[in-house]
Amino acid sequence: MTEASTARIYGLHIAVVAVLFALNFLLPDYHHGLFARILVLATFAMGYNLLFGYAGLLSLGHAMFFAAGLYGSGLAITNLGFGVVAAFIAGLGCGALLSLIVGLLALRTSGVAFMIVTMMFAQAVLLTIVYFNQWTGGDQGLVLQQASRILTVGGASFDLTAPAVRYLAALALFAIVLFLTLAIVRSRFGRVLVAIRENEERTRMLGYDTFANKLAAVVLSGVFCAAAGAAYALLFGYVGSNFASVQYSILPLLWVLAGGAATTLGPVIGTLFIYYVTDIASSYTSAWLLIVGVALILLVLFAPKGILGAVRKRWIGWLP
Amino acid sequence: MTGKGRFFDLTNGKASRRTVLKGLAAGAGLAAAPGFVRYAQAQSSAPIKIGFQAHRTGIGAAYGRWYERTTAAAVKAINAAGGINGRPIEIVVEDDGTDAARGAEVVAKLANQHKVDIVYGTLFSNVVVGSAPTAGELKIPYYVVSEGYHVASGKLNRYVFQPGITDVRAQVTSVAPWIAANAGKKVTMIFPDYAFGYDHRDYLPPALQKAGAEVVAKIAIPPTESSFTKYFPQIPSETDAIYHVMVGPAVLTFVKELGDFYGSSGPKLFGFIDSLEAVDINSPGLEYLDGSHFWEGSPRYAQADDTEAQKAYRAAVGIDDNGAAVADAKDVSTAAHMFGCWETLYVIKKAMEDAGYTGPGDRAKLVEATEALTEFAEGPEHPQGKKLFNGKIHQCFGHQNISKLEGGKLKVVHKTTIEDGMYEPEADYTKQSL
Amino acid sequence: MAFGPHLLLATLEGLVTAAVLALTALGLSLVFGVMRIVNVAHGEFFMLGAVLAWAVATTLGAHPAIGFVAALVVAPLVVGAIALLSERLVLRRLNYDPEATIVATIGLLYIIQQLALSLYGPEARPVTPPFNYRVLLPWFGYSGYKLSIIAASGLLLVATWLVLTRTKIGLVMRATQYDREMAQAFAIPVERVYAGVFALGAMLAAFAAVLIVPISQAHYLMGQDPLLLSFIVVIIGGLGSLRGTVLAALIIGLSDGIVSMFFSPTLAKLIATLVVAMVLVFRPQGLFGTVAR
Repeated sequence: MTEASTARIYGLHIAVVAVLFALNFLLPDYHHGLFARILVLATFAMGYNLLFGYAGLLSLGHAMFFAAGLYGSGLAITNLGFGVVAAFIAGLGCGALLSLIVGLLALRTSGVAFMIVTMMFAQAVLLTIVYFNQWTGGDQGLVLQQASRILTVGGASFDLTAPAVRYLAALALFAIVLFLTLAIVRSRFGRVLVAIRENEERTRMLGYDTFANKLAAVVLSGVFCAAAGAAYALLFGYVGSNFASVQYSILPLLWVLAGGAATTLGPVIGTLFIYYVTDIASSYTSAWLLIVGVALILLVLFAPKGILGAVRKRWIGWLP
Repeated sequence: MTGKGRFFDLTNGKASRRTVLKGLAAGAGLAAAPGFVRYAQAQSSAPIKIGFQAHRTGIGAAYGRWYERTTAAAVKAINAAGGINGRPIEIVVEDDGTDAARGAEVVAKLANQHKVDIVYGTLFSNVVVGSAPTAGELKIPYYVVSEGYHVASGKLNRYVFQPGITDVRAQVTSVAPWIAANAGKKVTMIFPDYAFGYDHRDYLPPALQKAGAEVVAKIAIPPTESSFTKYFPQIPSETDAIYHVMVGPAVLTFVKELGDFYGSSGPKLFGFIDSLEAVDINSPGLEYLDGSHFWEGSPRYAQADDTEAQKAYRAAVGIDDNGAAVADAKDVSTAAHMFGCWETLYVIKKAMEDAGYTGPGDRAKLVEATEALTEFAEGPEHPQGKKLFNGKIHQCFGHQNISKLEGGKLKVVHKTTIEDGMYEPEADYTKQSL
Repeated sequence: MAFGPHLLLATLEGLVTAAVLALTALGLSLVFGVMRIVNVAHGEFFMLGAVLAWAVATTLGAHPAIGFVAALVVAPLVVGAIALLSERLVLRRLNYDPEATIVATIGLLYIIQQLALSLYGPEARPVTPPFNYRVLLPWFGYSGYKLSIIAASGLLLVATWLVLTRTKIGLVMRATQYDREMAQAFAIPVERVYAGVFALGAMLAAFAAVLIVPISQAHYLMGQDPLLLSFIVVIIGGLGSLRGTVLAALIIGLSDGIVSMFFSPTLAKLIATLVVAMVLVFRPQGLFGTVAR
């Protein structure tokens, strides 16, 4: 890879983050709030993309990692009285632990079996949340009061419920995970993951420990998704079992496929696309699911590799 | 819509990518312009915009449809009588898909994009709990018609009210003495293992104990279960009465399987009609319920002693004597709950008039005016009956009905007093800042 | 209730679950096995079957048994036609690309769900069973209709097995499953086989739904659980193995019933889920059949 292309790639990503930063000052209230949410969920999608897009492991259970972060931080606040930073770290810890366990077990399988095993583990996590409803509030969930969502760093304190603070916090998380992803996929580790995706047998024969690499990918992916979950709890103040349902396992898959799997910017584009199609369709008609369905089918008919997948193929071949 | 609103309303007309971008740029200029106040020119005749967070899709859709119809009927009646402070009501509907996360987005969309004065109308408690933080942060009053104990528990915030329907804790507390006296002393509870079920699980046992009866088993059915027979052996044989609350489409299966299991020799049944809202009580498979009793918020079937107000309300909403749509006898209403929409809108009207509400700048005044309410008299505005309102916990309390199913109709056999359902308040929202 | 009768009840319930599941999963297994695609909309074909059963029975208004038999014929045919149409219009154009198919079938799922909601409504509606007979056992009563589901499902499974193993159609399908290129080389019209398999899979799901609707009811969101359970059954049974699919359906159905004897319902579901997940973890190739290629 040449110096020029490295500069071009980093330039593009910095520009994307800069545009998103500028939007903080430009977006009207509703879209400002929606963008904050989309940035957090796009982080979830990026975590998913790392495993699915680059390592080629299709999981149908990533809602459990998001939920691990969500509940890890949420319960730490409501039951243990943690502060914002400690709660966020607790959420990350839960995500890391869960993804390590799930990875060790589920990576014994591959292909469709991996898909089903992850789905079942996620189902087990959902049922666990429901079963311990005395603490989790079950499907009704928990509210994190405004007072518990104030971030104090040194002497300064930031109210995470203030729109601008929330947006910038979401953007910071998004940017960190975006550049981490970029660094990972451009690293030797990232290239091994792609090699595993393309041909696991050959990669093993070349002397790589494919299991260890895949496990690392599962854990990193799980931690990214947990970070999104923890941020969701802290920024939006709601923790509910719906986020652990199979719907939230399918959504990141959908976002990634719509935006373009194995592209660094695909997840955010896909999340934006699906969110806005839904939002606009639902203000025109109560039959908005129909419009979303048709939009998805048209999307795959004309861009089967997702939006950025098509862009990369036709115009910008160097897109990471 | 004027100024800022039009530029940004992506949903308004065919917004191409370019016009959106142009809109964003123009908006940046506007937002930066000092003294930009959208409501400055609000005229006294401009409508009051009420955002309606509706369950149009998702599991709550059957309820949502009737909540919309009742809302439309109430708004028509209020507007015909001169509106609120002389201003007509305009309802802006957004679908939340009965999803907690989308619910929060919808509250923000109604508040920031549609620029509504207040948000109203939510039923499912996960959506209420999921949306409440957003309503609190945006400082927009949020009137729910959900019956969950979430509002009164103090878990939400000062902007959330439930002034039109009694909460489940009070409902359960008020029917418990009747159950103990008439259905049996040993009660087995079957309830969904989610939010709605928890209120029953937590508050029925103490209320029954106080009335000299006891809960001998609690069977919590996990969400998504579609077959129940395998859990029936967990019902102790000493059970006198089964207390059942099953929400969702599986209720018909539940009743049918119970009938197959017990035949004619089973325990007595007491149920919450929530299970059978929007379901024809004479559906095949429901025969087993004949002779059993139900809680009803407002009776589905017209009763012999219905007040004039009740008759007028039923006519306005468009339901016949069997509680089905006048136009389609198969389209059964959610009568036991939807009256709450009607009554809540009248509470909003009363509070807005008390507050001298003129626009979003008066939202804090509106909250305080709502909190100051204490009592709603029975009448055209409150056809279900008199209510007491506790401004500290933002919750109202009313009469509950116990109906017997016989001859294919539900007949009210007992009406609880308001005091039967009262409990010691556990919260005080008025201490929170506005 | 004593242990013996309780076990009997749990077993009966498990068998009914397994009977319906086996049919639904068999449909998915054919699609999965032959076409190598994940059809996320499979549960919606199941839902359509139930909704159409209600529509047919209500429109006829005749004796419940007549309405039911009519539904058994009409609903699968209509659903098969819809599946065929979506295969022609969408899946074929995607060249059965696995990832694009997932997005497309999610789109299909939304479209079918919305159409059901708009045209049929949000309510749950029952269908009268063809007969009401309560089998009276010394300890409890049991629905005679439920027992007949087990028989009907068994018959259809045997019929499908005969088609797959004894007819030319079955041979062509199996050949396509083993090796698509080779089948093509032997002049098997692979595209037509795919279309047929996709329609047949949907029809099996619709048939299962018609069987279940008299004891359950038709609702526009009823498709999700059968979908998830079918996926599990297909993988545990091994891709494209009819024997494995039936056995896996039995394992899932019975474990669900029997585990529920010992724990509170939610805990029972949790344990049953983990048990099945562990079976997969330690026997990823499924109980029968071959490793997915």
